[in-house]
Order: sequence, then structure tokens, then C-alpha cells
Amino acid sequence: MNLTVNGEQVVIPNTVKTVAELLQHFELNQKVVIVERNAEILEKAKHTDTQVSHGDKIELVHFVGGG
Amino acid sequence: MLKIGEYEFTSRLLLGTGKYPNFIIQKEAVDVSGTEILTFSVRRMNIFEASQPNFLENLDVAKYTLLPNTAGAKTAEEAVRIAKLAKASGLCDMIKVEVIGCQKTLLPDPVETLKASEELLKEGFTVLPYTSDDVLLARRLEELGCHAIMPGASPIGSGQGIINPLNLSFIIEQASVPVIVDAGIGTPSDAAVAMEMGAAGVLLNTAVSGAKDPVKMAEAMKLAVEAGKLGFEAGRIPKKRYATASSPLEGMSIS
Repeated sequence: MNLTVNGEQVVIPNTVKTVAELLQHFELNQKVVIVERNAEILEKAKHTDTQVSHGDKIELVHFVGGG
Repeated sequence: MLKIGEYEFTSRLLLGTGKYPNFIIQKEAVDVSGTEILTFSVRRMNIFEASQPNFLENLDVAKYTLLPNTAGAKTAEEAVRIAKLAKASGLCDMIKVEVIGCQKTLLPDPVETLKASEELLKEGFTVLPYTSDDVLLARRLEELGCHAIMPGASPIGSGQGIINPLNLSFIIEQASVPVIVDAGIGTPSDAAVAMEMGAAGVLLNTAVSGAKDPVKMAEAMKLAVEAGKLGFEAGRIPKKRYATASSPLEGMSIS
């Protein structure tokens, strides 16, 4: 399926069904990462039962140094 | 004790995490500074380089209260979104509201800062707005219910120190929530002056991360904040126009 992740078009294997699996696909499952799916911000607890589907717009953000 | 909303801190130095030479120096500077509150920003990940280390992994995050900022936001709406993203990490509910209105001076947009703060207070955040040295704006932010007010000493990263001590003293005098001097601090003496004026704390980043020796500067800032606070509590002598001798004028052994 095709997703827009952080503004980039990416092709994701169809075995990826949920946000948690998507994070695993990008090897981000051990990182502090915040997910927004189609402009809806997801609490971490919702990653495992939030589905991703073709055409979704996903934002993956994290913390960087700043003042 | 520094009390911000429901949080209590012993240290009055809030430290930013941007622009250190590397993560090792950053960790050492953070340790030495004695800070209990770290600021940082929220940004998109580079999904194609997911293995890149993140600054958080080098720090014992549980030891600190995390104060994400909304840097990058130009409107209240953008600031609220960034704040909600940060909170969704489950790591923090404090937010430094930073809505920049001018890219050259990096001065905050007062109207958008006020709007964002109001919205985030409604959402239950502990709200610390970065504001200019405008006295009435500081009062309006406090009236909204902000948990601390953070006026800039001078433009972000400029190292010019406190350029409007009069306004800053008015802001401190009128506030019943902590006033934390944020941005523009260049030297330990700047930080000490802010504390001597009665500030509840100092937030700085570049003054430490950009110093020739960030670790040594972190220690200097820690000591300066402590010295300034003690000096404020001790109460300075009034300034006089002429000298007053410290040594007794009587009993001289010369005739």
C-alpha cells in the first residue's frame, strides 16, 4: 500500500496493518516517536489498535535538541 | 523551592538541549548544571535514517522534567498542535509556548502567544509562555492562568544579557507566579543579575552550548543562579552617591 509519511510517498508491505507495525517496519519501535494519522494525534497506547490503510497521511515526529 | 504548577524543583536553572558540540559534552554539561528541567523541540523524524541516535537516549530522562517548546510555530494553531504532539509522547505535560513573529529578531508574537496559552490551559497543560518584556502582556498571561511567565532578557541566542531591566523588574514585581528569565543570557553575571532582581529562575541554552567549554560554563551558570538567588534573599545595600567608610574613624594610632 502507498502512504505519505512525513511528506514522502512510500510503499509499505501489505503485512503492515497497524501503526505499531508501521513503526516496527521503520525500526522505530524502540524510539520515542509520536504518530499523527490523517491529522489525528495518537496516544502511544493507541498504536497497536489503530489501523493504517492505503492513502493515509502519517506524520512521525520526535524530540530534538532545542531551547 | 521553585514551584511551577504542581511541580517543585530545587534547581532554578532550566537548560536547553540545542547546539551542543556532541551528545557526550551535552550530557556532561547537563549533569554539571544541576538542572532538573530540560527544554527541547519537536520535529519530523528522518524515517530513512531511523538508526541515528537521539539526544534523549544519552540522558537519564527519568531524572528530569521535560519542557518541550513549540519553536517553529508562527501561529497559535501551530503551537497548540506541537504541544499536543509532545504530550502524546506520554513523557510530559509541560509546554513552553514559543510563537515567533519575526524571523530576524525571533521575538514572540504577543497575540498568538496569548491565544495559544489560553487554548493549552483549557487542554490541561502546565503552560510556560516565552514572552517579550511587555509588562501588560505578562500580566494578561498570568490572568489567563499561566503557571509561569518567561520574559526574554534580549533576543534568543544574542547573548546581550538583560537589555530592559526596568520592564523586567515591573514584571517580577507584579507577578504571583514564577518569572523565569528566558533567552538572551550571555554570561554568568547576566544570570546572576536576573536572580538578584528577584527572578524565580533562568532558562538558557546557547550561553552554555556555544561556550568554548560548555561543561565549565554549565557549572558557572549553576553557581551564578545560586549566588544571584542568595543575593536577592540577603537584600542588597542601597546605592549611595558618596563613600561611607568600612573601617572605624576613631582610635587611629597616629597623631
